[in-house]
Amino acid sequence: MEVTYLKAINEALHEEMGRDENVFVMGEDVAELGGAFKVTEGLLDAFGPDRVIDTPISESLIVGAGIGAAMLGMRPVVEMQFADFISCAFDQIVNMAATLRFRHGGRACCPLVIRGPSGAGIHGAIFHSQNPEAWFTRVPGLKVVAPATPYDAKGLLKSAIRDDDPVLYFEHKRLYRSLKEDIPEGDFTVPIGVAEVRHEGRDLSIITYGGTVGQSLDAARIVEKADGVSIEVVDLRTLLPLDREAILATAKKTGKVLIVHEDRLTGGIGGEVAALIAEHAFEYLDGPIMRLAMWDTHNAFSPPLEEAILPNTNKIVEAIKRLASY
Amino acid sequence: MADATVVASEPGAQVEYELQLYYWMKLIRGFEERVSRLHRQNKILGGVYSGAGQEGLIAGICAPLQQGDVVLPLHRDLGVFLMRGVDPGVLMAQLMGKEGGLSRGKDSFLHGGDLSRGVFGSTSMLGSSLPVAVGAALKFQIKKEKNIAVAFFGEGAASRGDVHEAMNFAGVRKLPVVFVCENNRYAYSTPLEKQMAIDDVADRAAAYGFKGYVCSGNDLLAVLDVAEPVLARTREGGGPALIECKTYRYHGHSEHDPALYRSKEELLKWESRDPIQRFEFYLEKKGQDVKRLREQIDEKVRAILQQAVEFAENSPWPEVNSVLDDLYATPTPGMLNGRRS
Ligand SMILES: Cc1ncc(C[n+]2csc(CCOP(=O)(O)OP(=O)(O)O)c2C)c(N)n1
Repeated sequence: MEVTYLKAINEALHEEMGRDENVFVMGEDVAELGGAFKVTEGLLDAFGPDRVIDTPISESLIVGAGIGAAMLGMRPVVEMQFADFISCAFDQIVNMAATLRFRHGGRACCPLVIRGPSGAGIHGAIFHSQNPEAWFTRVPGLKVVAPATPYDAKGLLKSAIRDDDPVLYFEHKRLYRSLKEDIPEGDFTVPIGVAEVRHEGRDLSIITYGGTVGQSLDAARIVEKADGVSIEVVDLRTLLPLDREAILATAKKTGKVLIVHEDRLTGGIGGEVAALIAEHAFEYLDGPIMRLAMWDTHNAFSPPLEEAILPNTNKIVEAIKRLASY
Repeated sequence: MADATVVASEPGAQVEYELQLYYWMKLIRGFEERVSRLHRQNKILGGVYSGAGQEGLIAGICAPLQQGDVVLPLHRDLGVFLMRGVDPGVLMAQLMGKEGGLSRGKDSFLHGGDLSRGVFGSTSMLGSSLPVAVGAALKFQIKKEKNIAVAFFGEGAASRGDVHEAMNFAGVRKLPVVFVCENNRYAYSTPLEKQMAIDDVADRAAAYGFKGYVCSGNDLLAVLDVAEPVLARTREGGGPALIECKTYRYHGHSEHDPALYRSKEELLKWESRDPIQRFEFYLEKKGQDVKRLREQIDEKVRAILQQAVEFAENSPWPEVNSVLDDLYATPTPGMLNGRRS
């Protein structure tokens, strides 16, 4: 059945809530309204107000209360109305949730999912465009996923809900309604921690995730057609833990790696990916490991500024050509 | 254009003052409506949060402000910018993301400030500006200045921990800060009852050791009755205060929101308490020829808005590389390696 990225997330929530009565949803405007983007639409009718809970504007509480319930065996899926607001819950995530199992000597767990719309490209400006994943990808105890397709959106959310550790689930809002895919009906999962080769190639690899996967595939096809360069596109899907095997395999296969993400360049996960490759696949490289990411600035509002700082298909094409020429 | 400070001491000045406040409410309403229209025409992009219906409280709180005071408006408070004297064209350019705007295209809507007029820009993170207001008040206290800080926030934002932290410290240090809660009954779709177990946010002031006041935010005179003495008292060293203005937003949460979660009757009820009409009624009772007055002011507002839109439309888009400016006091080239294309 063909579903949008948004509908895939919604289906995962419906199915997991139906499957496990300990799953519940909590956040701002998630019940009556069905969420600012309608991701939680229909859940209130299906599962009632004890399992679909509107909260006040209190991100720290939303996450903290999620943690408390999770410690007692519930499986809360909490929503940040925009992923940007996750910063308001930072302490609960990086200190309370991430250290929980460690602090309890392995005798406690926190099966919590924190999800929220991230990403730019819809004139959201500084505080409705952020890609906050890298604030968290250096915190052991957390898992971080960022699906790029409806299939993964559904399968990864199901895995996240069934996972016994806190999972941050960043969905790209630009993809909500723009991306459709035929996906199987009913239950399937996508494993956390496993990357996916989206397009096989021999000469050059693009390693990417989330909002830039589609752009990278488009760019790869353009260059393949025009210049006959064979390009492999790897979708990380999970950012913590990274799929080292998949990263090193593609680097060794093609010898040229371009890393693309919409998060900022400095401190973005691309730096970690590059370091892995430099350490473990150096002798296979035929060119510099290159990165294309958002400029080191804030998510500017004015359309020409937003356009300038974000990666897009054309910029990826240019970067591929530069790397291919080594 | 001058800012809204009018001294109502000489005889005749009271009338002048009231007419000026009427003008401000009309300008703010006109501006709000124009912004909504420009949004529909795709000339203003991104999220637009209309404050139409809340002009009474903006005018009543801003009127007693003085030179050097600091004010921290929120997402529905473009009227604060206007009343503090920010040029309407500059404000319009801000909303359009143009070079001529307060943040020169870097951020949207009301996140840009104007320190020369005491307007601090905010972030989207609701409630986060209250601690900043407390810091401004702390400066006034340390330097023994007779200024105050005024922070606006919604009843929705009142659920954030930052609000608690700000009010607590303000109470402890008896700081010259006034917190103004615009209680319009909804935080996006979430009604008051789901946000708090009490009726009045103002009740919380007692827990921080200062006074809370409730007034009708749709009645300019009622707001003034509270704001004038309360701001004066805070200015004289009387410590912080919390003013809660009960009001209503006519539009949805943002212009994208059809607001299906509230009833038509409720909207009608509040529209019949419109702050501008209510004040017109008062002026009429005082013997003003309101019809003539309204025509004159409408004319003036139309001209100002036309000029503002022209200024904004003629303002250039920002230079692309300017997106790397204004990050530091001195440009720090090592930090700018994100620029790769
Ligand atoms: C910390 C934070 N969480 C969520 C949001 C998203 N959001 C924007 S406005 C809004 C409702 C605000 O309600 P209120 O404070 O009462 O102000 P109003 O919009 O009613 O004027 C929400 C939830 C936000 N801006 N900041």
